[in-house]
Amino acid sequence: MTYLIARATPEEHAPEMRAVYAETLVSLAEQDDRIVVLDADLMRANGTEAFKSRFPERTFDVGVAEANMVGVSAGLSAAGLIPFPATFTCFAARRTFDQFFISANYAQQNVKLTGSDPGVAAAFNGGTHMSFEDIGLMRTIPKILICEPSDPVSLRALLPQIAARRGSSYLRLHRKPIASIYAESETFELGKGKVICDGSDLTIVAAGAILVAEAIQAAELLEKDGVSTAVIDMHTIKPIDADLLVSYAKKTGAILTAENHQIRGGLGSAVAEVLTEHYPVRQLRVGIEDEFGEVGTQEYLQERFGLTAANLVAKARILLERKGA
Amino acid sequence: MNADELRPLKQKAIDIRRLTVDEISHLGIGHVGGSMSVVEVLVLLYYRHLKHDPANPAWEDRDKFVMSKGHAGPALYAILADRGYFPKEMLYTLNKGGTNLPSHCDMNRTPGIDMTTGSLGQGLSAAVGIALGHRLKKLPGRVFALIGDGDTNEGQTWEAAMSASMFGLGNLVAFTDYNKMQIDGPSEVIMKTDRLLDRWTSFGWFTQQVNGHDFEALNDALEKAIAQTDRPAMIIADTVKGRDLPGIEGDYKNHNMPLTAEDADRAYAYFDELEAQV
Repeated sequence: MTYLIARATPEEHAPEMRAVYAETLVSLAEQDDRIVVLDADLMRANGTEAFKSRFPERTFDVGVAEANMVGVSAGLSAAGLIPFPATFTCFAARRTFDQFFISANYAQQNVKLTGSDPGVAAAFNGGTHMSFEDIGLMRTIPKILICEPSDPVSLRALLPQIAARRGSSYLRLHRKPIASIYAESETFELGKGKVICDGSDLTIVAAGAILVAEAIQAAELLEKDGVSTAVIDMHTIKPIDADLLVSYAKKTGAILTAENHQIRGGLGSAVAEVLTEHYPVRQLRVGIEDEFGEVGTQEYLQERFGLTAANLVAKARILLERKGA
Repeated sequence: MNADELRPLKQKAIDIRRLTVDEISHLGIGHVGGSMSVVEVLVLLYYRHLKHDPANPAWEDRDKFVMSKGHAGPALYAILADRGYFPKEMLYTLNKGGTNLPSHCDMNRTPGIDMTTGSLGQGLSAAVGIALGHRLKKLPGRVFALIGDGDTNEGQTWEAAMSASMFGLGNLVAFTDYNKMQIDGPSEVIMKTDRLLDRWTSFGWFTQQVNGHDFEALNDALEKAIAQTDRPAMIIADTVKGRDLPGIEGDYKNHNMPLTAEDADRAYAYFDELEAQV
């Protein structure tokens, strides 16, 4: 397939993902009166004000009380509605984990929790607001769906599928401007990784707006040096597309994972679990090492924690050496 | 409420305590104290006020009930069995492997249970959500909730209290089973839950405090609470943990305790005495 990232300029920036999130929910809500939106005093940040202006009676702002937001969502679900509560990832995962675990998931409710500003995207909000562990926490919840779309096109395609699937889910949303990756015509299926480009020497498995874009740039750099690199956008982290992973493990014999999350518990771990049990090949993980977050621009933090195409290329070289050894 | 209405409720409270003791003592251990303290509130709801149909738990227009102190499930199970949601023999499966009657209420296992609860503090938020849902869907059914002292230790309960008041949930009526005991001891010593009337009033709720074992007082309070249409209502029911169990009533250690056949026989004998007075 062709992807747009390489030629994205600031003018070509896609709409903000938070705007796409709200627009998509509005169009879903126009078709389905069960859809409601909740927020915890971050409606402007999450873009959900656009939903409120279209459906004020179906929008509930609970104030700075995330645990209650998730509990109220579980009750709305028990009354037959489809609630989409949203807050920053740090609060969605750390603050409401127990409520989301018990009242939403254990109770088999249909709560579509969204966490925005994942990982280093929290930027100037700094370490207190920086979640490197949310996917790790969420992955331990039985039967949950975890999705991290990489651009507005994939978000627009995947969100209706999340709404249609009965069961609680966690959407990791990069809310701010980001380069387009996909053409509007591209299609996506929950639970199926998207092969962005094919390759035979190495596969980069990435998730999210920052690392999928970096992975594509890394693949281009590697190609110039004659390394044939496949890139997979693993937008659905649970359940993960094990068949695709195994087929690319067989095909390329080396897997590099890339995530805006710590390497323990997130995408890298999920991939390692599949490979170890089904088709062990060499793997390296790019993500945050054993560290807390800190303040800075997103670009600074990407450099600081190695979430860059350059670091992916460096790790790829180590991986290829080990593969050949 | 006249004498003819009161008598069957009093008799039913004895029947439900008998059934609950039978249920728990069959296993030999359980949440005895908190199950005994909620009986009158549950009987008043399930035999007089709650609009429900045991033959049709999915009836959309019915009232809903959230047992936030999910560990009082055994008393609620006795009532649901008595109302015909499931056979009474099922009560003997309490907490046994594969049962549909777990220690804490589970909406996906037990017919008639409206919300999964057990992690204290979470029930009132769910009740707020159900009440919002009913309002949005223009459903006539009210939402009733029962919380315990322990629930009021949890911060989430007060988040829920704020939001119920903010959203003007006149279709939500909650009870506090105010037995003033918690697992580690009297609440006075562990974590004070005093001035509850003031606390709930200050959170914008229509609040009353009555004897939680007195059907007439509870009924009067409930009728006034239901009449509130623009704000949520809280009825603080002064109760006794382990109520009507000789040798057990009022002892904080009765939260989760062994209940032997001898304990049960002693309770049945006392229930016979109470029955003679009805």
